[in-house]
Amino acid sequence: MTHLADLVSIVAIVAGAVFFLAGTLGLLRFPDTLTRLHALTKADNLGLGLVVLGLLPQVDGVATGLKLVVVWLLVMLAGACASQLVARAARRGERHD
Amino acid sequence: MTDVLNAGLAALVVALAIWVVFARDAFAAVVGFIAYGLLLTLVWVQLQGVDVALTEAAIGGGLTGALLVGAASRLRGTEAAARAERPRALVRVAAAALSAAVTAALAIGVLMLPDPAPTLAPQAMANIAATGVGNPITAVLLAFRAMDTLLEAIVLVFALIGVWSLGPDQAWGGRPGLRHRADPNGILAYLARVLPPIGIIVGTYIFWVGADHPGGKFQGATIVAAMWLLAIMAGLADAPPVSRTWVRVGLAAGPLVFIAIGLMGAVTAGAFLAYPDGYAKPLIIVIELALMPTLALILALLIAGAPRRPVEP
Repeated sequence: MTHLADLVSIVAIVAGAVFFLAGTLGLLRFPDTLTRLHALTKADNLGLGLVVLGLLPQVDGVATGLKLVVVWLLVMLAGACASQLVARAARRGERHD
Repeated sequence: MTDVLNAGLAALVVALAIWVVFARDAFAAVVGFIAYGLLLTLVWVQLQGVDVALTEAAIGGGLTGALLVGAASRLRGTEAAARAERPRALVRVAAAALSAAVTAALAIGVLMLPDPAPTLAPQAMANIAATGVGNPITAVLLAFRAMDTLLEAIVLVFALIGVWSLGPDQAWGGRPGLRHRADPNGILAYLARVLPPIGIIVGTYIFWVGADHPGGKFQGATIVAAMWLLAIMAGLADAPPVSRTWVRVGLAAGPLVFIAIGLMGAVTAGAFLAYPDGYAKPLIIVIELALMPTLALILALLIAGAPRRPVEP
């Protein structure tokens, strides 16, 4: 049973790391603000989500697991709002030029 | 494996620090500095200083970052002029030599530390039971070295008075900063409605667990202050005029309670800031409870800035 849990953890965390890598690559390589934001959301939402999912079988209690999930939800909330704000600022900047 | 990660982390911190120093654009340097603060947080976690890590994330990265972003955006207009005027070669060489000398002195100081480094940790741990708190950091901050914490709180009040004194005469007593306007149905207003209830609970929790686990009033107050600032920036609330009585009372309350308990210790326990036997824990809680709102108020008003709007009739 613990082997199965470890396997789930390894697979999920590696998948999460891949999304972080892809997001970072996109952030560095994409040509403009909006596409870069698009790349970033992959790291925030899916990457962190998979890492949290992978950590869940390893926690020692329900409370710790819930805290991890809350961290993921809060990061998604903050990330989504910040992306909107950055995108709006970028669009306003374009109009001024 | 951990060594490799630590070495990578250390290299990253140093590289980012050098980049921040050399960045030409003030705003870019500030963003780099915030990232530097977050990396430093990871360093403290690796060194198992979770209390320091929390403070670094809240104050070093978050609060200082917000202050510097404000400063950078105010300097934007003068930046081109400042860049055009290059100091003379002699001045630059002298500055470089001075900086290198300070760095070298610090490096020598760190490398020549005796091994093991002198520490009072065993003594602090031996006497922690007398204070009734479980977190040794809190015991040091509020019992063994309470004087430092008291002076720290007072310094913050002075810092805020310093910021306020930068306001123009006609705005004295008025509201700090400019009125923030945001779309009332926009995403910022949404975040400012959703996040504060969660943030206030998290801030209070971090404040409360500080007695026995990593956390404390400083980190908690920073989070509460951030929630208030979020509401201010979304236009849902406004910063209070600096002449308001409750603001003044709130700013003075924390240090005054601290000093009053300190004086009481001088009478009942024989020394300023000494706690009578058996009353250490309740008195520490009273001090923390009094300091927390004061700190949240100071930290938020520091970012809100100098009064800029004239007093309303």
